[in-house]
Amino acid sequence: MSKRSLISMLPTAAVLCLCSALSPTTRAQQSGPQKQNAAPPALWNSPSIAPKQPPAPSGPAPRRDIGGIWDAFAAGIQPTGVKSHAPFTEGGEKMANTYKPGDGPRKVALALINDPLDGCDPAGFPRNLFFELRPFKVLQTPDQVLIVHEYQRVWRAIWTDGRELPKDPESRWYGYSVGHWQDDYTFVVDTVGLDERTWLDNAGDPHSDQMRVEETYHRVDQDTLELTVKIDDPKAYKEPWLGLNKFVLRRQPASFDIREMICAPSEAEAYKKEVAEPATR
Amino acid sequence: MKNKYPSVLLGLAFIFTEAPLFAHHGNSNFDTDKKLTMKATVTEWVWANPHCWLKFDAADEKGNVVHWIAETSNPADMTNLGGWSKQVFKPGDHVTVTLQPVKNGQPIGRVMQVVLANGQTLGTRIPGVFGPEVDAPKGGDSSK
Repeated sequence: MSKRSLISMLPTAAVLCLCSALSPTTRAQQSGPQKQNAAPPALWNSPSIAPKQPPAPSGPAPRRDIGGIWDAFAAGIQPTGVKSHAPFTEGGEKMANTYKPGDGPRKVALALINDPLDGCDPAGFPRNLFFELRPFKVLQTPDQVLIVHEYQRVWRAIWTDGRELPKDPESRWYGYSVGHWQDDYTFVVDTVGLDERTWLDNAGDPHSDQMRVEETYHRVDQDTLELTVKIDDPKAYKEPWLGLNKFVLRRQPASFDIREMICAPSEAEAYKKEVAEPATR
Repeated sequence: MKNKYPSVLLGLAFIFTEAPLFAHHGNSNFDTDKKLTMKATVTEWVWANPHCWLKFDAADEKGNVVHWIAETSNPADMTNLGGWSKQVFKPGDHVTVTLQPVKNGQPIGRVMQVVLANGQTLGTRIPGVFGPEVDAPKGGDSSK
């Protein structure tokens, strides 16, 4: 096994354990007292594969609560970028022309891609919503809503203590966020202070440091959350636009195990050297 | 590289009805009209982000050994598919690899499926989860 393989073995080992646990032999061995030690089936389910059967009827949405684990399955990956966006300003066009994405309408050959993700820069916000939106967990505290993401294993803190957005925010990969309840089932988050080195999506759409992002999380029922994301960036786009519009997320059981997807620079470099560059020669 | 593809090529696929899983890097390098199947001996299996890749040897039509590299999606996706793991291959394993090769003739591709020596088939695709812009053969490639 390559030394470059740095990804944790835990999820894999866990799946192997499950496979083993589900084998007829193991099942037989688990009869009697050992059975109670079996892992609950939901522990290692498949986050990116949508269930084939339609969801069971759901209960009513709880009040002022978007807590839990949410997944859009494969739809969250969004490999080709946002579905559409407002026209670029001249400044936006200039930025876009320097971005060489690996997918979307302006995609280039593997070795020519200059996507910051390829060097394991942070995806940043809101690219983490527009690309690889893998399962995430929402935790609510008295002062903050925390969102914990599988992809790049990052978290965001959204202040809910009534504070205002800073007038002159420091630049951050994931910005500075405040949230409020628009009604009992709709949580709205405003974010500023975003580092303009990040791309908006996998298609190399740009943004400026003047961007303001508004997320709306609407709890439709117990098991369904709809996410709408508005981009307001007058330096890069001629008008505000929606990157996601009532994007459906499904609640996962509390026992759901969020895997890790971490970009390790050594792995990324090895991929470039062994696969991407020879594939482009 | 003496030959572009080994003689064990079993056929070409002209339409893919299932979507590739490769989320990050698109398909501009891959010949989406081709599908190669070959008997292979594993030399290395790299379990890594943004893609895992399998290195293996396969004989071309003259019996020369060609060193292939074929990528899959990332460890989380592969784990979700079932059957795939960091330990699933070891050097020396005899497997049958079906892949989509790159356009430039190098022995590089992306794995469509691997059949293990015990007959187990490991797929790499999730049917219908990505749009036609990713799924389409050459004519529908969004890069043009």
